[in-house]
Amino acid sequence: MQRSLEEFIRALRAADVRVSPVEAIDAHRAVASVGFADRTLLKDALCATLAKSADEVDRFDSTFEMFFKRDNFMSAPQPEGREGGGEHSDQLPEEVQGSPLAQMLLLGDAAGLAAAMEEAAQRANVNEIRLSTQRSRMTRRLLDEMGLAEIERIISAAKRLQTEQGDGLAKRLEERRKGLMAEATRFVERQHELYAAGSGQKMREELLARKALNSEGGIDPVDQMMMQALVKKMAKRLADRYSRRRNRAKKGHLDVRRTLRRSMGYGGVPFEIVWKREKIEKPSIVAICDVSKSVAAAAQFLLTFLYSLNEVVDRLDSYAFSGRLVPVDDILNDYGVDGAILEVLKRIGFQQTDYGKSLEDFCDNHLDRLDRHTTVIFLGDGRSNFADPRLDLMHTIQQRVRSVIWLNPEPEAYWGQGDSVMHRYERFCHVAKTCNTLADLERIIEDVLRTYVPH
Amino acid sequence: MTVTSQAARLAQTSDPLSSVQALIEGLASVGYIASQRIATSLYMAVNLQKPILVEGTAGVGKTELALSTATLLGLPLIRMQCYEGLDESKALYEWKYGKQLLYTQILKDRMGESLADANSMDDAMDRLHGMGDLFFSEPFLEPRPLMKALREDDGCVLLIDEIDKSDEAFEAFLLEVLSAYQVSVPELGVVKAKTPPLVFLTSNNVRDLGDALKRRCLHLHIPLPDASLEERIVASRVPGIEAALVKQLVSFVQSLRTIDLRKAPSISETVDWARALILLNAGSLEPEMVRDTLNVILKFEQDIAAVEPQIGELMRKPANAG
Repeated sequence: MQRSLEEFIRALRAADVRVSPVEAIDAHRAVASVGFADRTLLKDALCATLAKSADEVDRFDSTFEMFFKRDNFMSAPQPEGREGGGEHSDQLPEEVQGSPLAQMLLLGDAAGLAAAMEEAAQRANVNEIRLSTQRSRMTRRLLDEMGLAEIERIISAAKRLQTEQGDGLAKRLEERRKGLMAEATRFVERQHELYAAGSGQKMREELLARKALNSEGGIDPVDQMMMQALVKKMAKRLADRYSRRRNRAKKGHLDVRRTLRRSMGYGGVPFEIVWKREKIEKPSIVAICDVSKSVAAAAQFLLTFLYSLNEVVDRLDSYAFSGRLVPVDDILNDYGVDGAILEVLKRIGFQQTDYGKSLEDFCDNHLDRLDRHTTVIFLGDGRSNFADPRLDLMHTIQQRVRSVIWLNPEPEAYWGQGDSVMHRYERFCHVAKTCNTLADLERIIEDVLRTYVPH
Repeated sequence: MTVTSQAARLAQTSDPLSSVQALIEGLASVGYIASQRIATSLYMAVNLQKPILVEGTAGVGKTELALSTATLLGLPLIRMQCYEGLDESKALYEWKYGKQLLYTQILKDRMGESLADANSMDDAMDRLHGMGDLFFSEPFLEPRPLMKALREDDGCVLLIDEIDKSDEAFEAFLLEVLSAYQVSVPELGVVKAKTPPLVFLTSNNVRDLGDALKRRCLHLHIPLPDASLEERIVASRVPGIEAALVKQLVSFVQSLRTIDLRKAPSISETVDWARALILLNAGSLEPEMVRDTLNVILKFEQDIAAVEPQIGELMRKPANAG
């Protein structure tokens, strides 16, 4: 059972439940104290030692069910009762004497077959399956290990005899071989599900994170769901790390006032010495997102990110613009993620971009949201349709805030070409970067947050 | 076989820690209705001597579990509430500054006397060393919850409440306590527990806890209970309540949880509500009564506003289903 627990832990790791060696040892100790007899008890005990968050508990449950599923192995071989069909061991034909597998098949010994398959699987390293394309090869290898060649030899030998008895034997064996093969396929399928499905998903997520968002055709609708989950996870990760206000002791600076006050309790003797601390501010972010036609492909993703960020950062003001600019906080708060994006796009999306007008809207109505703690993030391509870019307003904004960051989905080589005024805006930005993949975005936002909370 | 070991064996048959089932019954006898998973986690925590990290939304009975366990095992409960800015001096130990001050003053007075007949400076120094360094010693140590728990010789239940509210630095500091059941005091050396305490940590998921801490703990997530479990909990927590009312009340709360609310009512709200209804002498659930007492189970104005028009419907729904 030792080995099977190890395999189970491997399956858990494949399902993205992180299990450290210490936890594996704990699991062994847990099993030693509860035993394998009671299934729910075993499950709960393992769950307590191995799964360390609500998400992981869910994944643990499903992996456990799949791993310890003892489905009725080989339902194909008929039970003993059928008109004396299942032979008894003493009346087995002598052809099969040399082959335990054939014996088991004829006897319908499901438990023996299951055990033999497990053993063969270990020899064939079935659990090292990585890709779905390996499945048929693995099945073949598994069957070879179990001794399928022998069965085939017996069958052809029996057929050669050309007696009634020989034909009967061949027929029975063939029938059961089919069952065995189906069972092997299922077995490999399950191993794949256990050990490889998770890594496949991970690979797809990684690819997606690096995929250019403004690439031809945008994001595949199939990937849309995964994308949203990914963005959400990312925003949560960032928020976890940065949303709490923290103090940091300034080493070596005595806080005289508070030291004196504390010393009153001890007759004026400064027993407790208080050092100065500096408060670290929570990030305050103003995000201004372009949702016009030229960035249509990226807009949806930018809005998704804005939405997730809105859930996790306390002080985030978000605005969206194309022809004009509107605040979208309410929309992000009131709608679910899909609804919010549709609503924003419906209200102002896909019009002719006018950066100058939008900046004007912002400065007229919302300039008071900016102070020296604010970071302004622009998300847009800087293509102004040859209208006045209103650089003066950009200058005003830059003067008021802590930093201005511009994230442009276009590669830098395109900046300043055609109607792009990116180079002119760039002068007013502390950071201007190309950002067209999720991975880019995470890195940049993390940089922004890090300037507030040092590590 | 001596008499004492027989007695010990006798005691063991009624020992709540002998099996998971015994633990469930034991907890029920002190008024905590535990699910199988809760009891198993607790059983493992005791057997593996590991701290247990309890997560779940507010009011599902995380703290209550620790309290009940302490009552069940007859051990003292030491509780430490975490908050932002909690540090070692409040969690572990502090020096009794006032006493230390007095001590130095006494020392100063005595010093002259005892050193008066010293011939040389070296002699005086030797004598000074001979007096022993009492300044940082046990008598001047003011133990805080963690230290207290480690010094309980017969074991105790240590409840570290809402660990997620504390700083990361404090979490790191806890690691030594949780894995080795010992702390290092720079002036005294290592304080190690004779009997390791049974440690509960609770978390509301305000922030994700560090992996290092999670690794050292068993994990238990308490979900909102299903209807039958909740009925049993209410019945055990609110003695004298009629079974029919419990059924009505629980099914109403259960259907409330299916609505998208800012804060869905958890067990403690259900229990509070049951108590409130008893006080109001309610025999069964009436829409009027529900409307008046809705603020007991819902804690946000928007939630109340959202639920109020649906009360009639919500009360009919379970009736139709049943």
